[in-house]
Amino acid sequence: MEKIEKQRETEKIVGINQQTQKEKIAAYKESPLSFFLWILVLLAAIFTMSTFGLLVTYILVKGVPNLTPSLFAWKYTLENASMMPAIINTILMTILSLLISMPVGIGAAIYLAEYAQKGNKLVGIVRITAETLTGIPSIVYGLFGALFFVITLKWKLSLMSGACTLAIMVLPVVMRTTEEALLSVPDDYRTGSFGLGAGKLRTVLRVVLPSAIPGILSGGILAIGRIIGETAALIYTAGSISEVPNSFFDSARTLAVHMYHLSKEGLYTNQAYATAVVLLVFVLLINYLSDLLANKLSKASGGEK
Amino acid sequence: MAKIKEKVMEIIFAFTACVSILSVILICIFLFVNGVPAIEKIGLRNFLLGTTWKPSMEVFGILPMIMGSFYVTAGALIVGVPVGILTATFMAKFCPPQLYKVLKPCINLMAGIPSVVYGFFGLCVMVPMTRELFGGDGNSILTASFLLGIMILPTIIGVSETAIRAVPEKYYQGALALGATHERSVFLTVLPAAKSGILAGVILGVGRAIGETMAVIMVAGNQPRMPKGILAGVRTLTANIVQEMGYAQGLHRDALIATGVVLFVFILMINLICSTIKGREDK
Repeated sequence: MEKIEKQRETEKIVGINQQTQKEKIAAYKESPLSFFLWILVLLAAIFTMSTFGLLVTYILVKGVPNLTPSLFAWKYTLENASMMPAIINTILMTILSLLISMPVGIGAAIYLAEYAQKGNKLVGIVRITAETLTGIPSIVYGLFGALFFVITLKWKLSLMSGACTLAIMVLPVVMRTTEEALLSVPDDYRTGSFGLGAGKLRTVLRVVLPSAIPGILSGGILAIGRIIGETAALIYTAGSISEVPNSFFDSARTLAVHMYHLSKEGLYTNQAYATAVVLLVFVLLINYLSDLLANKLSKASGGEK
Repeated sequence: MAKIKEKVMEIIFAFTACVSILSVILICIFLFVNGVPAIEKIGLRNFLLGTTWKPSMEVFGILPMIMGSFYVTAGALIVGVPVGILTATFMAKFCPPQLYKVLKPCINLMAGIPSVVYGFFGLCVMVPMTRELFGGDGNSILTASFLLGIMILPTIIGVSETAIRAVPEKYYQGALALGATHERSVFLTVLPAAKSGILAGVILGVGRAIGETMAVIMVAGNQPRMPKGILAGVRTLTANIVQEMGYAQGLHRDALIATGVVLFVFILMINLICSTIKGREDK
């Protein structure tokens, strides 16, 4: 009983502490600078939101009416400028890049989080290089891919060259998120597993890694987002043939590259709008998935913070 | 047997960790081996300070492109930094929780929109708008700066918001207790305390702006000449590579790779500055 009363009292105090609208206006009158700052902050937020709103609505309004069935025809011709092959190529490119980058990234993260001892020099170098990779602009990746995969390894402009280039590009993302996920697995799991007689490898693969799966997945989703939106790194590595390739060593344009070519040529503006809508939908879907995962993660680790 | 397996797997994990090192080394080797001889042949001075880019006459001076990248990035910062920091302040200190639930996903979405889509939006909306408002043909430093300013917003907002939220609540409460208004407390105590985090966000934004390619190509005009005023077209380092790499041969191609080397060195310097700031913060 007493406790409840006390709680009520504190609630009242908080209530007194809160400014009423009237007091707020009075305070602003006394300090015009505060009012000015408040307006500035508000204006900035409105600017950000309205640009975003304008961008999305403009693309949707212009693009949705142009989503005709012929745009999703299986074969690309000059008349229909179909994006279906590009969509399939994007999916192929995403899968192939992830197949290369996920195992390497997860392996690297396992090494950093589970095996490396403190003061290991290799760890420092790996971190610096991963940070460097994060900062490199995509066109530099494109140049490197063109020089290394396309010319030196003689893979030509192909799905494979593009996927390898992108795999290097998303590697630091996968590494960082996986490492964070592994580090957030409680040490009890490891000691428990050791206590039951499991070796290091078994502990890592059977106990630690499965508990880190949501975090690893969210890294994968981030990587997918980057792969889908990428253009500059692909133009000179995967080329621009708008057909589904027969093999991994054939050229293939992804949706983003497709959109670049459509808008550059100037003849297919409507189709470009429609492509933009599809790209937006992809991005929305990815963001939704990663939010879902993040919510799951925060619930698993004991509610919201 | 089990011991061998353990050892082998550890070596495999260590090897995968080395892939990122290997990638950086390969990128450096391939760029420098192809680019540096071209710079030597053209002459470092002529290459970096030459004001004419005429591949057909074997004249390769990239100063116009360096200036182009510089102007466009500076313009993007003028638009993006104040708006970004103020929006981050709004999100961390002014925003009601219900609104935040809408705002945050929108900012995340903004970060995820591919640069071609931004570029296309710029091409279809902002270029005609600039043409009507200010004259010229619309493909200009102004348009590119504005578009890039919008594109770096999510980066700056994200990092700044985290930095502002990391400032201990005591600072804010202390200022309030001394009689400052909410706005004064936020702007005069919390923001200065979050300074280095915000600066790191701005520098990340610079990196994004310099490295941005597709959006800039679509709105900047891409003329390889010294920028003549804010309404004139301009070509950036990134645009130079994409525009001509498709058909370039011989020295021309190597000069483009050398352009990539210059870009790469710029980015490395920015990364270095960024990690120095971060390191200082950690101490």
